[in-house]
Amino acid sequence: MNKIYSRIESIVGNVIAVKAQNVAYGELAQVKTRYGMSLAETIRLDGEMVYLQVFAGGRGVSTGDEVRFLGHPMQVSFSDSLMGRIFDGAGEPRDGGPVLTDNLITIAGPSVNPYKRIIPREMIRTGIPMIDVFNTLVKSQKLPIFSVSGEPYNQLLARIAMQAEVDLIVLGGMGLKYDDYLFFRDTLEQGGALSKTIMFVHTAADPIVECLMVPDISLAVAERFALKGKNVLVLLTDMTNFADALKEIAITQEQVPSNRGYPGDLYSQLAARYEKAVDFSDAGSITILAVTTMPGDDVTHPIPDNTGYITEGQFYLRGGHIEPFGSLSRLKQMVNGKTREDHRSIMDAMIKLFAAYRDTLEKKSMGFQMSAWDRKLLKYGELFEQRMMDLSVNIPLEKALDQCWAILAECFEPRETGLRSDLIQKFWVGGK
Amino acid sequence: MTEGFVTAVNGNMVSVNTDGIVTMNEVAYIETGGKSLKSEVIRIRGTSVQVQVYEITKGIRVGDKVRFTNELLSVELGPGLLGQIYDGLQNPLPEIAERAGYFLEPGLYLKALPRDRTWHFTPQAKEGDVLRRGMALGWVPELHFKHIIMLPFDFYGEWTVSTILPEGDYTLDDVIAEVVDARGNARQVRMSFSWPVKRAVDCYVERLKPTEPLVTKTRIIDTFFPVAKGGTYCIPGPFGAGKTVLQQVTSRHAEVDIVIIAACGERAGEVVETLKEFPQIIDPKTGRSLMERTVIICNTSSMPVAAREASVYTAVTIAEYYRQMGLDVLLLADSTSRWAQAMREMSGRLEEIPGEEAFPAYLESVIAAFYERAGIVRLYNGKTGSVTIGGTVSPAGGNFEEPVTQATLKVVGAFHGLSRERSDARKYPAIHPLDSWSKYEGIMPKQAVQYAHSFLERGSEVGAMMKVVGEEGTSLEDYVVYLKSEFLDAVYLQQNSFDPVDAAVSPSRQKHVFKLVLNILASHIAFQDKEDARNFFYELRQTMLDLNGTPEDSDMFDSLYTKVEQALADRKPEFENRGLKAIKALE
Ligand SMILES: Nc1ncnc2c1ncn2[C@@H]1O[C@H](COP(=O)(O)OP(=O)(O)O)[C@@H](O)[C@H]1O
Ligand SMILES: [Mg+2]
Repeated sequence: MNKIYSRIESIVGNVIAVKAQNVAYGELAQVKTRYGMSLAETIRLDGEMVYLQVFAGGRGVSTGDEVRFLGHPMQVSFSDSLMGRIFDGAGEPRDGGPVLTDNLITIAGPSVNPYKRIIPREMIRTGIPMIDVFNTLVKSQKLPIFSVSGEPYNQLLARIAMQAEVDLIVLGGMGLKYDDYLFFRDTLEQGGALSKTIMFVHTAADPIVECLMVPDISLAVAERFALKGKNVLVLLTDMTNFADALKEIAITQEQVPSNRGYPGDLYSQLAARYEKAVDFSDAGSITILAVTTMPGDDVTHPIPDNTGYITEGQFYLRGGHIEPFGSLSRLKQMVNGKTREDHRSIMDAMIKLFAAYRDTLEKKSMGFQMSAWDRKLLKYGELFEQRMMDLSVNIPLEKALDQCWAILAECFEPRETGLRSDLIQKFWVGGK
Repeated sequence: MTEGFVTAVNGNMVSVNTDGIVTMNEVAYIETGGKSLKSEVIRIRGTSVQVQVYEITKGIRVGDKVRFTNELLSVELGPGLLGQIYDGLQNPLPEIAERAGYFLEPGLYLKALPRDRTWHFTPQAKEGDVLRRGMALGWVPELHFKHIIMLPFDFYGEWTVSTILPEGDYTLDDVIAEVVDARGNARQVRMSFSWPVKRAVDCYVERLKPTEPLVTKTRIIDTFFPVAKGGTYCIPGPFGAGKTVLQQVTSRHAEVDIVIIAACGERAGEVVETLKEFPQIIDPKTGRSLMERTVIICNTSSMPVAAREASVYTAVTIAEYYRQMGLDVLLLADSTSRWAQAMREMSGRLEEIPGEEAFPAYLESVIAAFYERAGIVRLYNGKTGSVTIGGTVSPAGGNFEEPVTQATLKVVGAFHGLSRERSDARKYPAIHPLDSWSKYEGIMPKQAVQYAHSFLERGSEVGAMMKVVGEEGTSLEDYVVYLKSEFLDAVYLQQNSFDPVDAAVSPSRQKHVFKLVLNILASHIAFQDKEDARNFFYELRQTMLDLNGTPEDSDMFDSLYTKVEQALADRKPEFENRGLKAIKALE
């Protein structure tokens, strides 16, 4: 088969069209241009016309260039020799190491049968009170960090990755700044985790189509390791670049946009990736931590909005700390009933009081007289920010819970906390 | 049978060329790589036919053979549906897992109902009886239900029973009766039959007005924004506001016979919770596991999009089927926005002229038609049966001014709007008490509810005013109204879904507690100052929260109840006239 076609009928953006026969939807081809060889994926068939998305982009492709179909969809090599290696979005080595060609697996495979999933039940400890106490991270969770550029989201991602007890880390970088790429590499190396890490990195300088491949490649590899019993943590940063790449392709394809230029299937596209997070009934697991930078710091922007509807919560990173409001771990109740009996109640009470504190802060900023109650709240808020929210705090969950009781006792009477009497009897500092 | 071949592939839309006869919405199979992929005809133009494929289309080639079936997309109806977990096309997921392992396998379709078991059939009709579609031939026990075996819904006209099997054990493939129509056409009847999902089942005498409350055991719903049997309601809300948890709680505790859960285009993990937990939970009413009154239709976000579009119809058709047996069925769909988005994706590929936010122009009518399938009906045997539909809506950006929310609000009978503000402050369920509404009668007299609600309105006004003039600029009287509204919110509107006692509150307990709350709202107390008032209400709140977590039939409950009454009496309150009337209405 593998016939070579030497006439390209059209080139629009990154999409070329050739007249070809017997091509499968999704099939991969090689395009040979004067700048070298690039992979291309079949994204549409129409009669004898085959439309291909060129990984290296349409720039410099000429109508006389050669296209050779490979007879298979996009694949990646899967074996233990992936460990410690770094690749680009097309799966080519980025670290000067050998090209891997053994045991090729197809990426973007079908989804897991919901019936074969199990209920997540294991907490992932991070030592960060805003996570462990208020929004516990759980094995097999999919969770993005919502942030804006300038915030230390990659640092937070790396910190959680280093602290989490997992067998394997897969880092998928999309539109990553070169510095950030080096930061991850160095941090993982210093932490001694590089040998259990596999990186697929698309940097801001690389062709946009390759950006689209990164989540699928990363997750396909993670899935195979999980099936072999490994607990895999997948880090995806920055998913906003992935979504923007989707938008760019959709627009050159003249698709009708649904919302601010983004294609109508943005939700399904994102879900297809995030839903790869799984805890297999008798094998390993995939946990996904992603970064979503919010354009214009606007959470209603289609990217964070669609993401929020898909993921199992989100951490808002703003002003250098994880915000108590809006941040959410939807899986926390799967595990926080088993940690300590006061965990759930104290978590709710602390947040309700913090909400009241924020109200008071607003009143204060408007110049209102502060009542005795307001003054209590102000003190409380300050302590909360110092001992809970500051990202430099690194304590185990149990210590953090004790810390909560200590803060409450320093600021309030028991009845002002809205906590149930039996818990107050047992935990109130100084006794009540 | 009509055949054709593939001419184009674009996402999950495939164009087919055929010169045979094709029916709109009929099922066609695309033969590719040794598999047959199911699809549905969605447009016919001359010899060019577009189908939406219910699978990943990777691997399809131009020239692949297409087989048309001449049958509309249908579900199989019969005993054995209860407790099942299906995908959007009614494939049983446990059996798929048995065959294919961890992953879904494109092109693998299995029978919806088990063939290898027998059902104990007891005939009710006898030879010579004249029946119409939907009338009973007999019944089989299905778990704790009397599952009526009906004349299939597509047997239009009148049919005379010519033979019927005696009581005995039969499989679904056995012919249990033969019937003939006036012109002498004979047909065989089995215990199961199929019905096209996009056609409403219409075998009844008349539709009735939904009047009887459907008890959910969530206080804010049953007391303030009730749902009626045979009615419709929607739960719009931004992500994380608590739509899914609210539906999960409802699916557990609602007082209905059967619950159909349509997990439509959202997280698989959420369904897993239901399908793993329900078999373990015993329904106190029947003593059986919750799973035995539940059917799960599960087409989550990473499963094929076209099947997601079908899934809500699969769900409502099964709901209608059980309604035909005189049962009350509740259909919970989460989320209808994902279904609307599936339509949008296909509309885009068909290059239809887009409406607002690129949704198709027919969005409104399709949503209206779906909710129209809810209703309470009088059946041929005089009994009534109902389908109640509750759908969540996931508005883009959490903004209710978007096409799906707006189209839904036009047709439903109750609106439970979730607010980000309330969920951020962990005030669950985050149903906004000022924005939400219901057109149905609930378990409480209107007068009492309105009286309580008036505190929420005034409390919110005072709260807004306080933001401007501060606490010191607010009169004690206004401040007390504010405290009362906060109190009502904290101890009655909010409800802890994860507390075993508080999660589900019976109507009688709701009335009992609501009376106590009304007494507090109606009271006039001479407080020394704001501090005094605040402490009083915080103290009461504390006791009420303890009360909410205490089983009703315990001494503790009575003593806490008395404690609140006593705390109130100690302050020697006078009672507002309107309040007294409201309390009276409750008795
Ligand atoms: N009634 C409730 N009680 C306590 N927590 C709740 C309640 N409803 C929602 N939550 C919290 O909010 C999270 C999100 O709720 P969910 O129903 O999944 O939101 P949505 O479906 O609107 O996106 C849950 O995981 C839980 O932590
Ligand atoms: Mg939800």
